Amino acid sequence: MTESLRVLPMPTPETQHFWDGTREGELRLQQCNDCQHVYFPPRPFCPKCSSRDVQVMVASGRASLESYVISHRPHKAFVGPYAIALVALEEGPRMMTNITGCEQTPEALQLDMPLEVTFEDAGEDIYLPLFRPVGASS
Amino acid sequence: MTGVAVVGAAETTQLGKIPDLSQIQLHADAALNAMADAGITAKDIDGIATAGSRPTDLAHYLGITPTWVDGTAVGGCSFMLHVRHAVAALTAGQCSTVLITHGESGRSGVGREGFARAPASLSGQFEMPFGPMGPPTLFTLPVLRYMKDYGMSHEQLAMVAVVQRQWASMNPRASFQDPITVDDVLASKMIAYPFHLLECCLVTDGGGALILTRAERANDFPQPPVYINGTGESVETPMISQMQDLTSSRAFTVAGPAAMADAKIKHSDVDHLMVYDAFAHLPIYGLEDLGFCKRGEAPDFIWEQNTAPGGSLPMNTNGGGLSYMHSGMYGMYAMQESVRQVRGTAAAQVDNVDISLCLGVGGMFGAAGCVVFAKEPS
Repeated sequence: MTESLRVLPMPTPETQHFWDGTREGELRLQQCNDCQHVYFPPRPFCPKCSSRDVQVMVASGRASLESYVISHRPHKAFVGPYAIALVALEEGPRMMTNITGCEQTPEALQLDMPLEVTFEDAGEDIYLPLFRPVGASS
Repeated sequence: MTGVAVVGAAETTQLGKIPDLSQIQLHADAALNAMADAGITAKDIDGIATAGSRPTDLAHYLGITPTWVDGTAVGGCSFMLHVRHAVAALTAGQCSTVLITHGESGRSGVGREGFARAPASLSGQFEMPFGPMGPPTLFTLPVLRYMKDYGMSHEQLAMVAVVQRQWASMNPRASFQDPITVDDVLASKMIAYPFHLLECCLVTDGGGALILTRAERANDFPQPPVYINGTGESVETPMISQMQDLTSSRAFTVAGPAAMADAKIKHSDVDHLMVYDAFAHLPIYGLEDLGFCKRGEAPDFIWEQNTAPGGSLPMNTNGGGLSYMHSGMYGMYAMQESVRQVRGTAAAQVDNVDISLCLGVGGMFGAAGCVVFAKEPS
């Protein structure tokens, strides 16, 4: 087990399925069986209609780059300036992530560029969902 | 119309770097100055509200026996929410004289309580692993989306800081007073692209306090009353990544119109505006979410000097969080400037301020509070 340099998540009973999913190479969202709303972050009820009748679904992993900053503050898990990104998943929800497989510059990081999910072993049995430009190798 | 007025208002004697006062004493220094302003002592106060420290700590420290207590803590706009809650409590007769205090050793860190996101919270699980380093890398995240959707340039974002420095240059208490240009802003150190150092708020020490009572008693105090004519509040999300719209604060769009409706005012009635500016995009979001500008038009509005000295809508006239001071929870200082402008005692005084609207933000875009201050009750 490698020691992580990132701040790692502590899964709760309501989010365990998500972190189990990333370990298995799946990006898991939830969908309401009553109103079909697809949502994130995890919770065992629909934030749109309050129904408890919800299911876990596997996302396509396709997304687009919605916004980001390139932090110039030193961080032990990153070498040099790094992007903290917001991506819009194909299914609708937005999530925070990092972009791998490309330069961390405004020129390389074009808003609305297509991305696909990849999973990084962060240590301590946690796999983080990161995104890379479609076709790039991370 | 609320039937409540501000009868005491003050900041700490010093602002900026105050290593010889702990955080609770910054609260107390501001509170004692506000009591002196109102001509009262702690024994006259029966309601207390604060954030960043516990109201229990402050009541004990200052020697107050309250019948009403509010510890609402939603970030830097908590004090605007305290004003709104105090209006309700005073109107309901739960207390007669409310003290709202803020003190923060943001720069020196003397006796400051820690801030951390629990790793099991949603933000701890779904944001912190990706490397945010505090507000400069979180609060700033939506703005590239705004820039692309509305065509805002880097120069226009920089101009927000330039205009606020124009105001600060007229204020001897401002931390930074030397005029700056757009080029200066763009040449300053990159903190988190697209934000340069001069587009990020200061980190300083200081405090402020307000004393409120019912309007019918307001003329019994030495200062001319500043009436609270309307209030609004809301919260949206603790996670910047989960904002409903990256180009707008839902909490602003709830709290602002609520306060204006409460005060029965329209935009043209507002003589002076404060929009909490932790970062340079905040005044842009505030102007649009409050309805002073149409979507995408605030950058031009600021660029054309409408919010600058001599402009049609003077905004952030103390120099704001970008140039005046920012301890971490800046909302109290925005309200202090509104009170000064209505009293006619501001360093950069605007002519004939009858109505000042003050919008606060908290916990990044997590929360908002809005207060309408006025020379006459509505």
